[in-house]
Amino acid sequence: MEQATVLDTKVLEVNMGPQHPSTHGVLRVKLKLDGEKVVDADCVIGYLHRGVEKISENRSYINGVPYYDRTDYIAAVSNVYGYLLGVEKMMGIEVPERARHIRIMMTEFNRIASHLLWLATHAIDIGAMTVFLYCFREREEILKLFESLFGARLTTHAFRVAGLWKDLPAGFEQAVRDFINEFPHRVDEYEQLLTNNRIWLARTQGIGVISGEEAIDWGLSGPVLRGSGVDYDVRKARPYGGYEEFEFDVPLGENGDTYDRYVIRIEEMRQSCRIIQQVIDGLPDGPVRGKAPRTLKPAVGEYFSTIEGPRGELGYYIVSDGSVQPFRVRIRPPTFISLQALRRLVKGHLMADVIAIIGTLDIVLGEIDR
Amino acid sequence: MTFEETLSIYVFIPLVKIVVIVLILSGAIAYLTLLERKIIAHIQVRLGPMRVGWHGLLQPIADGLKFLLKEDIVPSKSDALIFTLAPMISLIPAFVVFAVVPFGSPETLEGPLRWVLSWFLEAGSVETVVQNPIASGGFVTDINIAILFVLSVSSVGILGVILGGWASNSKYPLLGALRSSAQMVSYEVALGFSIIGVLLVAGSLSLVEIVQSQQESGLWYVFVQPVAFILFFICGMAETNRLPFDLPEAETELVGGFHTEYSGFRFSLFFLAEYANMITVSAVAVTLFLGGWLRPFPNVEWLGFLDVIPSVLWFLIKVFIILYVFIWIRGTLPRFRFDQLMEYGWKIFLPVALGNVIVSAGVLLL
Repeated sequence: MEQATVLDTKVLEVNMGPQHPSTHGVLRVKLKLDGEKVVDADCVIGYLHRGVEKISENRSYINGVPYYDRTDYIAAVSNVYGYLLGVEKMMGIEVPERARHIRIMMTEFNRIASHLLWLATHAIDIGAMTVFLYCFREREEILKLFESLFGARLTTHAFRVAGLWKDLPAGFEQAVRDFINEFPHRVDEYEQLLTNNRIWLARTQGIGVISGEEAIDWGLSGPVLRGSGVDYDVRKARPYGGYEEFEFDVPLGENGDTYDRYVIRIEEMRQSCRIIQQVIDGLPDGPVRGKAPRTLKPAVGEYFSTIEGPRGELGYYIVSDGSVQPFRVRIRPPTFISLQALRRLVKGHLMADVIAIIGTLDIVLGEIDR
Repeated sequence: MTFEETLSIYVFIPLVKIVVIVLILSGAIAYLTLLERKIIAHIQVRLGPMRVGWHGLLQPIADGLKFLLKEDIVPSKSDALIFTLAPMISLIPAFVVFAVVPFGSPETLEGPLRWVLSWFLEAGSVETVVQNPIASGGFVTDINIAILFVLSVSSVGILGVILGGWASNSKYPLLGALRSSAQMVSYEVALGFSIIGVLLVAGSLSLVEIVQSQQESGLWYVFVQPVAFILFFICGMAETNRLPFDLPEAETELVGGFHTEYSGFRFSLFFLAEYANMITVSAVAVTLFLGGWLRPFPNVEWLGFLDVIPSVLWFLIKVFIILYVFIWIRGTLPRFRFDQLMEYGWKIFLPVALGNVIVSAGVLLL
């Protein structure tokens, strides 16, 4: 047995979270540190578990909708959208064209809002404080739009079965136009502060690198997967809700590092803006709510619908036993799956990079714990 | 020199100066926090403190009161004595440095001093006292190793950070303390070398004489030693733990770094120490490179009208400008990573500083 001496070093185990300013909620990471180098990282989740999936087994299909606002509360609109697409698929309900377009517009707004929040927190994690407040300024505008249409800012309960709650309020279209005229310039502002900043480059390039093949093996999706150069976007691969009618590009990265994922999300905001522009320019007239039975009783069977959420592929697997309540709802939360890769990504990096990598995965604990 | 004259030159007048400087400095530190919050707020398109007093002017007082009223917590597993001492160790040196920093020219106080002393002393003694720069100068004292004094005293402040982190007996503070010791060691070397350039040109270690030699040459040393100035500025930023070098406290990584376990007034002492150090570094930078109390282009005749502004005010204006740049940088840049910081320190700043010393020595020799 070796004699322990004064100069022996041992691995330091540090609890990062659940109360830590940059674990984006209540994530707890058990870090093993050798000096500042990460030897191992273990995620402990579940601090925000509310049993959303179980609750919805005891609610009718329609009453279940608001619960999905609360899984990924940053992208509440996308979550409800994904669930409703699943339910409408089960029932074979047709959604009027105007409602479909407005849904796409609002989902893209939600994507922008979500990416803004990501950029804000990611930047402040790396120390760029000003970007944080700039992003919140723009996000505020989007939340105001949400409020005027949905009546709420965060947990929006955005859509209803077969369409929308009500048509766009007066002045909404003008507000949207104002926003998308201004927004690209605001994105330029963020890029001015970050994209070519030497410190930002040093902090993000070559950090948390993952190859395309490995990313697929880990089941990653969304910007994290595309950052590694894999061209997979559900909106293009399996268009839903009318996305095939709009033109947009899917930005791809090359190196699969934190910087590439940053560039991709920035570009996605611009592309979302482009989609919104097309929607608002060619918005058809007509009803915003189709015909749907008062109680939904889908036929016995299993259904799976998936959409491209801001964080990746968001899937809803719904099993019906023919009653008014689903037998089982299983959410495929994109960040729950990308969080698995955290250990693989942080090993060998430094303590400070753990923050950058958690940021780049864009996790939302509400969605991970459900 | 009579006993009364000696007493007033070396005891009473310095004592009054010390009290005034400490009071003004405390106020300045408190209001620097407000200034920073205001400037950063405006950079970030918001208003900053607005509620306490007009445009938040009473905010620092409210903050100080709040800190005083907080519960005094010493973690049970900490080393209580060192835990209590550490904040003081980090704050006091920042004040001590100002003993040698010249705020104004050696004649600053001549007029007021003559008036005040005429109440106590005979006319002859008044002249003797007033002619002595230690009495009438805009500084507490002028020692011939002032710059070494500044360096050594300010490095004591770093001890406070290390001890505080160590005594907390907790992991995040420990990491913060380790970071800070490594950071300060690596940047102090480059800082010292950047100063040598100035010393070579000025030929003196006394801060007052350095400023006077800038007056004689008619050029601020920032124009003579631009590289040294940039190095000094960057290393000074690292010394004061300011963004982009605020690694020891990096709140998004190490929660609070070395002061994670501190709360209440002890925490506020650390907080004030950071701001005090900012002022110290700015004051030293102004003295060494920006001509201290001198007006711009001190030897250009037609700019004489600028002398309307007293020397102390010139000094304060320059310090303010440097402080503003400090704050501005904080509002703009992200944070370095630890290893990158060390790399910059040892691989870039130190060689450049050394090269600067060699080049300036060579030029002077020729």
